[in-house]
Amino acid sequence: MAFSDSFFAAKFGITQRDLENYISEALGRGGDYADLYFEYLATSSINIDESIVKSATQGVSLGVGVRVIAGERTGYAYSDDLSPERIRHAAQVAAMIASEPSKVEKTPLHEGPKRNLYPVLTAPSETAFRERVELAQRADRAARAYDSRIFQVNITYADNVREVLVATSDGVLNFDRQPLARISVSAIARNGSGAPQQGYSGGGGRYELDFFRNQRTPEYFAQEAARQAIVQLDAVDAPAGEQTVVLGPGWPGVLLHEAVGHGLEADFNRKGVSAFSGRIGQQVASPLCTVVDDGTMSGRRGSLNVDDEGNQTQRNVLIENGILRGYLQDKLSSRITKSVATGNGRRESYEHIPMPRMTNTFMLAGESDPEEIIRSVPRGLYCANFGGGQVDITSGNFVFSASESYLIEDGKLTRPVRNATLIGNGPEAMKYVSMVGKDLKLDEGIGVCGKEGQSVPVGVGIPTVRIDRMTVGGTA
Amino acid sequence: MTFADLPEIAEGAVKQALAAGASDAECTIGEGSEFAANVRLGQLETLKESGSRGAGLRVLFDKRMGASYTSDLTPEGIRRMVQSAIDLAAVTTEDPDAALPDPSELGSIDGDLKLYSPDIETLPADTKIDYAKRAEAAALAHDPRITNSEGGSFDSNIGGRVFANSRGFIGSYRSTYCSISAVPIAVENGAMERDYWYSMARSVSGLEDPEYVGRKAGERAVRRLGAVKVETQRVPVVFDPRMARSLIGEIAEAVDGRAIYRNASFLAGKLGEKIASSKMTVVDDGTIPGLFGSQPFDDEGVPTRRTVVIENGVLQSYLLNTYAARKLGLKSTGSASRGITGNAGIGHGNFYLERGEKTPEQIIAGVRNGFYVTELIGTGVNTVTGDYSRGAAGLWIRDGELAFAVSEVTIASTLQEMFGNIAEIGSDLEFRGSIAAPTVMIGEMTVAGR
Repeated sequence: MAFSDSFFAAKFGITQRDLENYISEALGRGGDYADLYFEYLATSSINIDESIVKSATQGVSLGVGVRVIAGERTGYAYSDDLSPERIRHAAQVAAMIASEPSKVEKTPLHEGPKRNLYPVLTAPSETAFRERVELAQRADRAARAYDSRIFQVNITYADNVREVLVATSDGVLNFDRQPLARISVSAIARNGSGAPQQGYSGGGGRYELDFFRNQRTPEYFAQEAARQAIVQLDAVDAPAGEQTVVLGPGWPGVLLHEAVGHGLEADFNRKGVSAFSGRIGQQVASPLCTVVDDGTMSGRRGSLNVDDEGNQTQRNVLIENGILRGYLQDKLSSRITKSVATGNGRRESYEHIPMPRMTNTFMLAGESDPEEIIRSVPRGLYCANFGGGQVDITSGNFVFSASESYLIEDGKLTRPVRNATLIGNGPEAMKYVSMVGKDLKLDEGIGVCGKEGQSVPVGVGIPTVRIDRMTVGGTA
Repeated sequence: MTFADLPEIAEGAVKQALAAGASDAECTIGEGSEFAANVRLGQLETLKESGSRGAGLRVLFDKRMGASYTSDLTPEGIRRMVQSAIDLAAVTTEDPDAALPDPSELGSIDGDLKLYSPDIETLPADTKIDYAKRAEAAALAHDPRITNSEGGSFDSNIGGRVFANSRGFIGSYRSTYCSISAVPIAVENGAMERDYWYSMARSVSGLEDPEYVGRKAGERAVRRLGAVKVETQRVPVVFDPRMARSLIGEIAEAVDGRAIYRNASFLAGKLGEKIASSKMTVVDDGTIPGLFGSQPFDDEGVPTRRTVVIENGVLQSYLLNTYAARKLGLKSTGSASRGITGNAGIGHGNFYLERGEKTPEQIIAGVRNGFYVTELIGTGVNTVTGDYSRGAAGLWIRDGELAFAVSEVTIASTLQEMFGNIAEIGSDLEFRGSIAAPTVMIGEMTVAGR
């Protein structure tokens, strides 16, 4: 598609000359770099609770963000009105950061190479609303049918389509249409009048609505949520203290996101405030560990054709055989450190300044048989599913909360245990990885990553891994 | 278009919805403008200044709802928003309890809540940047081991909110807040520790000195140095006010009327029962002038009020919006909360734990072997079951004194046991956000470490 046929050109009459003029305005007081980020976002959501469609919401927002970089300084302003006066005003406000004559040579805008990682003809949000309500209703019925002890089911279906346009003073002109959809299911079970237990599941990605009919049905997520709630009914107290921990494949990859991912974001490392700062080339994990961040996987929730600074996303090796290889860069950090952009500049919306962020972060498969990994542990904890996690990037301490885990006794999974938080230290924890399974699995497409108040969709993945030592925060 | 034009736009949207056949409608318009300056190592790093608006509409066609929102407040944008909500009402199912508040419940509290201060609008950008610089400089100067920084910041926000519904309610208010913060990094033997401190107020004149904020942040970062991981054990745990706040926040979540009628809270069905130590009284009050949880009416147009949630350990009230109240056969507590669209959820006003008698120093002095928690990370709290397990850092208490720094441990128990076993509540209650608590000591929890 040529720029003239793109969303903002066709719908709002924005021309290349307009973009170049706004960029000139932004550099009017000097500065080394300026960019524009146009965003149009249409969202819809459906909520079913107590088997009633309790809410259905849809809406649109749009705006443009203008950024000026002068040395290490950033000026930022935005407008929710695309009139030329308001965009020029935003450019003038962002320009306040600079105060020296501009050294930027005019680079004419040129359209970057194109690809389509999410060839979605009809985005879910462009499908009849009733069809989406029916999918959510199917999930509700399936969760309730799973077991008579399930007494509350909550379904959220949400989708959006985001049209973006990026134009930069170094000549990048890129635009993208980014569809995204997910279903999430929460189910609560109890025995008679006993204490309730909750299970949670969900998934999606940058697909057409047929994904939920053919690949991952509402029933699939519903049964998984219900299963987890039922399992928890028999859970015993989690152990407390250092244990051998086996992580199951898939969503437990959130370990990588917290333990290493955030600590490798280039802004923290440029400032020397990450526990991983200055450690490129050092051993930070066992030689069995190779961790990549890959924004180019077809249809995945964390994937993007171009990042929010107009660069193509790519596959970046973060840790190779235990050795720290690279950081996740955005424009500002790569300019300052004279590094190559990695396509990780992302932002929540036009109101936000881009930062280095993860896309889909996972560990490559190893050689062990997953069954054999469990059999190898005389006593420990097997974690099948997690809730969220968090990291203090400076000390490197991170946590992640197990929502479904089992005791391992004599190489067998025995009793389910109650929710517990696991804690470790980023550059140390993965040195204790002693076995890596051949069963790499990616998560189902539900992850949201928060950083400095900005949320973006991400993916994680991991094969079954054995970690010889990790602190488990139970009570037993 | 100014703030004064927005009530008419909201009323117009409600009228359009009724004209198109809706039995009821409610419209929210929100606007906000932000200023943010971050300074790092004495140099201005980022400067951001802008604003935006949005409108949201919820319509009822008898018992069916539809909702929409837009950032386009022109007549054409509003017309599209109204149509969009109406379209959705056709595909939802009937909800027997869906309704707006009864007109007799609508209203706004009298008096000036002091939510808005003009001094934020008139403060020059250079002065704001200077506050950020001063806070960071004080943090860096506090101790030679503070050698790096994530910076000092000044943020301010001017917001406006308008709400109109088809039962005759129309109300609006503006609010402001500003804050100063510092995030220093202390380094010793190659290990880094970060901490922060901040001051937040509705007016510039209400802020603490940037130097005080910086020093306090510096003290907190330095005292984390040399942290060790302790042995796994059961000990008394003292939460500093910032951490006690998160603990009290769990109560706000557990008394949320939606969790109650769904039986998805460990406090469901416990009204009138003793659920905590008799030392504990928790209040929700949306009417205290100048505080961050105050507003004249909730997000359904019901006046805010003071609600005693827990009195001497007995659960006295849930927090309810109109819908949850209807489900439970109770009255709204004026706790409706939403963004700009959709069904109202449930929030809180100033939700706080009433202060006790002892100073934090006296509480710590009474502990022979225990853990003083100054940082918690992770999401390991389940208000359905009450299970509690979070990553923690802080200082070990040995013979009544803060002895050494501790990190990379977890603290675990259940909320039921923790609230039942509150040994001490401090006198140091401060409102630094819409949830507030003084120092709290829990009789015993499991600290997991080595």
